Amino acid sequence: MTTPALEVRGLRKSYGGVTVTQDVSLTVMPGERRLIIGPNGAGKTTLFNQIAGEIIPDAGTIKVFGQDLTRQPVSARAHAGVGRTYQIITLFPRDTLLHNVAMAMLGVSRKRFEFFNSLKPQDALYQQAHDVLHSVGLSHCVGMKASEISYGEQRRVEIAMAMAQSPRLLLLDEPFAGLSHDERLIVRDLIASLPREVTIVMIEHDMDVALAFAEKILVLHYGQLIVEGDRETVVAHPRTREVYLGA
Amino acid sequence: MQRFSIGLLLITLAGLPLVAGEYFVNLGSQILIAAIFAASLNLLVGFAGLTSLGHASYLGLSAYFCAWLSSKMGLGHAVTAPAALLLTTVVGMVFGWIALRATGLGFLMLTLALSQIVWGLAYRWVSVTNGDNGISGLSRPSPFGIDLGVSNHFYWFALIATTLCVLLMARLIHSPYGASLRGTRDQHRRMSALGFNVWGIRWVAFVVASFFAAVAGLLYVYFHKYIHPSVMSVTVSAEALLSVIAGGAGTIMGPLLGALLVVVLKNYVSAFIERWNMLLGIVFLVIVIFMPAGIKPGIDALLGRLRRGQS
Repeated sequence: MTTPALEVRGLRKSYGGVTVTQDVSLTVMPGERRLIIGPNGAGKTTLFNQIAGEIIPDAGTIKVFGQDLTRQPVSARAHAGVGRTYQIITLFPRDTLLHNVAMAMLGVSRKRFEFFNSLKPQDALYQQAHDVLHSVGLSHCVGMKASEISYGEQRRVEIAMAMAQSPRLLLLDEPFAGLSHDERLIVRDLIASLPREVTIVMIEHDMDVALAFAEKILVLHYGQLIVEGDRETVVAHPRTREVYLGA
Repeated sequence: MQRFSIGLLLITLAGLPLVAGEYFVNLGSQILIAAIFAASLNLLVGFAGLTSLGHASYLGLSAYFCAWLSSKMGLGHAVTAPAALLLTTVVGMVFGWIALRATGLGFLMLTLALSQIVWGLAYRWVSVTNGDNGISGLSRPSPFGIDLGVSNHFYWFALIATTLCVLLMARLIHSPYGASLRGTRDQHRRMSALGFNVWGIRWVAFVVASFFAAVAGLLYVYFHKYIHPSVMSVTVSAEALLSVIAGGAGTIMGPLLGALLVVVLKNYVSAFIERWNMLLGIVFLVIVIFMPAGIKPGIDALLGRLRRGQS
């Protein structure tokens, strides 16, 4: 039996009397595309941040490719092969796109411990960063500052930074949030083009764009998984309709 | 081009004792010491985004370690200098570990509190520090038989030390580590997610900053041949912070210019105006209003505008 890319068991988190994650368990197999949807306040981002390590759960375990990461610091996740993007763009605004992506690579490189070798523009890191930016269709503006490009382009830089680390598991936090229709299509195609070696877990508020992406979908509501199944099952499920349409 | 102008600047600075009298040479030495000190603080304030209000501790501790080891222990300069640097850096390791429990205002308050403890100790632990009397009767070393008691010699010695320190710090800033330090300043959350140990990166910056402040402290005690608790007061920390911010935090040259400004105002203008602090305040206000990022970035922007105007 193959080891799951991501295995979450009995995850629980509450703030005071409010339980934001209630006994969530899920298993994602290598190469899978998994979508977690839910209305605002469903606990999607909290669940996500527990997997990414920014929030430590009260109970339960999180394993990535068999490695228990439940209580490991955030930085350890990157080294275990977990990459992530942020819903709210989190780039280095004063630096060029090239530098942004190079920083991502530096994070998982031994080079980050170098104190006296200067990081020159002709460094191999920047060459590779160039290739990654090319793959997300941004080779025309590699020298621009992250704050100078459009929102849709910034979203692509987010994905480029995650992919630059060659993650085995990629966590996408609402990659379509705040994008225009055209930008959504670009980002959707970009995500669809990512190699199958990368397992992807995406959380998304908006069902329309995201549905086509996944084979298997989870619906989260008040911190609980209420529906799980393939696209048709989830869409047809009365609970999904109830949660989304309030009917 | 850049190398050429740095070389030219160094030659000009080295030539100062040939044209200027002893008063200006001594003033130059003090500026150089303040420049190292401001540059070390800039590692924290400018590149790590951590505003410290207790940096004078390391300058003072290093000076006190040196003074105490030579006057009370009777050790020679070959031992006291490296020992003072080492001991101060170790204190920096511990203080950094404590102060970095927090960032932002919390960090500022912790550095202030720690520096107040050290300052209080210098005043009260009379058996070791001589309290308010300070430790006097110290000597300057004579490396390779060159007597640093001579003002010109000391100036050149300080110039070499400053050049080395600034080059080392610049090298550090341009290294992969320096890039990650700036990353923790701009996006610490992202840095963790990218696999960087944000706390470790900041702690290293704190320790390196305390080391270079210790170098400044060593030069300080050599220059004055005397040490008093007031060197560890908040005023000294604040003056350095002022130099960094006025000159341009997060630039290599900025804090050096800021240190020049503060020392010149303090030493030169105070001869004419009694309340030099007030003048410093006004100068600082003018800088903040007209060059909010500091002198160095302000001049760069001005030159850029002029160049564009010509073409």
